[in-house]
Amino acid sequence: MRWIWIDRFEELVKGVSARAIKNVTLTEDHLHDHFPGFPVMPASLMLEGMAQTGGILLGDLHDFEHIVILAKVPKVTFHSWAVPGDSLAYDAQLLDHRPEGGTVAVKASVGERLVAEAEIVFVHLDQNDPKLGSIDQKNFVFSMKLMGVMEVGRAGSGTESAAGSKCEGT
Amino acid sequence: MATYEETLAKIQEILADALGADEDEVSMSATLVGDLGAESIDFLDIVFNLEKTFDIKIKRGELFPENLAAEGDGLAVDGVVTEEGLAKLRERLPFADIDAFAAEPDVENIQDLFTVDMLVKFVTAKQAAGE
Repeated sequence: MRWIWIDRFEELVKGVSARAIKNVTLTEDHLHDHFPGFPVMPASLMLEGMAQTGGILLGDLHDFEHIVILAKVPKVTFHSWAVPGDSLAYDAQLLDHRPEGGTVAVKASVGERLVAEAEIVFVHLDQNDPKLGSIDQKNFVFSMKLMGVMEVGRAGSGTESAAGSKCEGT
Repeated sequence: MATYEETLAKIQEILADALGADEDEVSMSATLVGDLGAESIDFLDIVFNLEKTFDIKIKRGELFPENLAAEGDGLAVDGVVTEEGLAKLRERLPFADIDAFAAEPDVENIQDLFTVDMLVKFVTAKQAAGE
């Protein structure tokens, strides 16, 4: 399973804010266990998506020179939940940054409904850092696989694609 | 200029928040690691909050130097900080109570130099210097 908890990166204002979307779907196996008869997106995974959004925002600031690691979540509140069919928007604001790391504030919402808000602290680590080996890679906010979400939008909306011209032809 | 008590009160609030401690646990003499359970990650969180609350700039390693007494830096021999090491600590941590530490200068006690009182003095000096 790929550890990517955002579907599309929608907006990035360098060093200021970022917005990503996560569409919740019943195709995700865990929703059948969380919970039987009441499928809701697990709060921990929502937080992961929020951290991935904020982590890319921080990583981009330094042109992805450092590995960005989720270090601490000083504040998080879940106000509501997200169910299959919901489109969760993660809006991250960069609060602070310094050579060792940074903090972001992220809000998760479905339409106008606020679902969760969190403050997340990240630390920077460099590829040649001796501490790197002892860290579980799951704590890495992004790998190059995750960076693929930034390419998703490039496929376009599908409306002006070859599919359209094919329709005309038939 | 804020008084010692005013600065202390704000720092107590920051630490209670960052470390999940009760404000009354955050006494002047409390050590960040031993008494309040701070971990290295928390130091970064604390630095962010000090900068924001007091409108100061703290350089990397200025308040919480990394790898203090790392092997091979000559600060300690057989786990005990040398006289020369003590002098270096005074230089790098001018607001820590090195005299009290010198009574039992084990490397493992270095973390006890980071106390609430030390943070108050550090912030007060930064503010006075207008940094």
